[in-house]
Amino acid sequence: MIVEKKGWRARGLKLWLPLGFFMIFNLFPFYWMAVTSVKPNSELYSRKIMPLIVYHPTLEHYVNLLSETDFLTWTYNTMLVAVVSTAISLVFGVMLAYPLARMRFAGAALISFAIAATYLVPQPLLFIPLADIINRLGLGDTLTSVILTYPTLLVPFCAWLLMGYFKSVPHELEDAARIDGATRLQTMFRIFLPLCTPGFISAGIFAFTLAQNEFLYALIFLTKTDVRTVPVGAIAELVRGDVFYWGQLMAAALLGCIPVAIIYSFFVEHYVAGLTSGGVKA
Amino acid sequence: MSAHSQALGSTSLRPRPRPAFSFRRWTEREGVFSWLMVIPPALFLVALVGYPFVYGIWLSLEERPVAKPGVFIGLSNFISLVHDPVFWQVAQNTFVYTISATVLKMIGGLGLALVLNQDFKFKNIIRAVMLLPFIVPTVLSTIAWMWILDPSFSVVNWFLVRWGIANPGPSWLGNPKLAMFSLIMVNTWRGLPFYAITLLAGLQTISPELYEAATIDGASTFARFRYITAPLLKPVVFIVTMFSVIFTFSDFQLVYVLTRGGPANATHLFATYAFDVAMSGGQFGLGAAIALSMLPPLALLIAGMAWYMRSEKT
Repeated sequence: MIVEKKGWRARGLKLWLPLGFFMIFNLFPFYWMAVTSVKPNSELYSRKIMPLIVYHPTLEHYVNLLSETDFLTWTYNTMLVAVVSTAISLVFGVMLAYPLARMRFAGAALISFAIAATYLVPQPLLFIPLADIINRLGLGDTLTSVILTYPTLLVPFCAWLLMGYFKSVPHELEDAARIDGATRLQTMFRIFLPLCTPGFISAGIFAFTLAQNEFLYALIFLTKTDVRTVPVGAIAELVRGDVFYWGQLMAAALLGCIPVAIIYSFFVEHYVAGLTSGGVKA
Repeated sequence: MSAHSQALGSTSLRPRPRPAFSFRRWTEREGVFSWLMVIPPALFLVALVGYPFVYGIWLSLEERPVAKPGVFIGLSNFISLVHDPVFWQVAQNTFVYTISATVLKMIGGLGLALVLNQDFKFKNIIRAVMLLPFIVPTVLSTIAWMWILDPSFSVVNWFLVRWGIANPGPSWLGNPKLAMFSLIMVNTWRGLPFYAITLLAGLQTISPELYEAATIDGASTFARFRYITAPLLKPVVFIVTMFSVIFTFSDFQLVYVLTRGGPANATHLFATYAFDVAMSGGQFGLGAAIALSMLPPLALLIAGMAWYMRSEKT
């Protein structure tokens, strides 16, 4: 390590001052969500009192959110859609990544180029034709519409991430299994895939957070209350006319952030590893 | 059965008889197995990415109100866009938004990465918490920003008024210039942790011995950054920037939630304008044409990225 000659003053300037700035900048909106969600309306809409502090905390916004709106339905929909589309994406991701990472076959270069290209196609390029296709298939206002379309965003990403992981696994175990007479499918399922659990965890968390985050397709395909996801429900139904129910909105935002934050806190190391391999190697 | 085995026996003198075709053995061949695996997901992507893409090009050549059959009109949609002042404003907005937000994210992200790369207490927890803006659903955190920037009850303005800097406080989302500024700040807020964590990973691959050697040779902090950190970090910065540019360029959520493109189209981006025209205005063809016009600048960027990665490999 480099020997630091200067004392705490240099450290304060190089570390604590910028760190403090970034902490406030990055985290203030979350503090603000939490504070707003427990303020009574009299404090929310007063310009006199200090806004950073809650004087009379209340849970009325949470109670109203859960009893007057369909927030729980939206949460259920969001979870269902995220879990199913993540599962589909992992399966398809493996089907693409395993051959590309472990085998040689004609056309492999073309396929991996196509995956990279698909990954980079931005959503706004496709939503208009997709809206028409979904309508013609009669899938408007069904969760199937988003369960089908989310994997188009997640599969290329999962395949890319898993490919990077698969390439890092040594070949010996698979070779041994093949020599012992295992078929390719057996080798893949019994020997190879169990070795790759960390790769699945990072790809899975990523896909899950992306699916929870998705807004555009959900906004277009889901126009009825009972099929909406949390982001669309919050925007479309907690803003009634020009009236904003800020307390409820903030309660919804905070509750909507919590599942992702919890999952992420368990797997933060995997997440960071996945993020960096996705960002750097991709 | 026995006749068959006799026939086989009679030919066994030939060197290596070709075995009867076996489906199992056929699927064990590397190329066949690979393609059998790849085809289902590939078909899925062709059906829901490839086909919509081509269909979008077709739509852009049609005059097509919602739920009615389209009429082929050639390039008329694109021609009317060229004469549409709003379209040019949208293009300009998108470039201003993308470039400013990317530069801010790059500088801020590098700063945060350098800060987090030092040793301090609770380092792991602080690193994890710093990523929050990037992982929580964008729409939900943007709702919080909407309240922070509220015209009447903005917490920022409360302090500005309190400290006598402005009275009344500015209308963060109501004034065209300020609205764009606010959007850029919120986008920076959301994307900065991604930059920081990726660059941090890049920083950690740099061998500390390089810094030690440079320090012994008398290099200043700045010189160490300029001649060691910067060149070694360049490839990572480049790739993250390309990703960030692509996703900022095609951003939708932030603008839709905060301003819906207003005031007076000052914050419309390609994606939100296409949405307005197609979904609210019901003109699918024209909307598809707007969305498609994102492609040339983006294709250039992607080509640049591919070219760069290839030249890095060799």
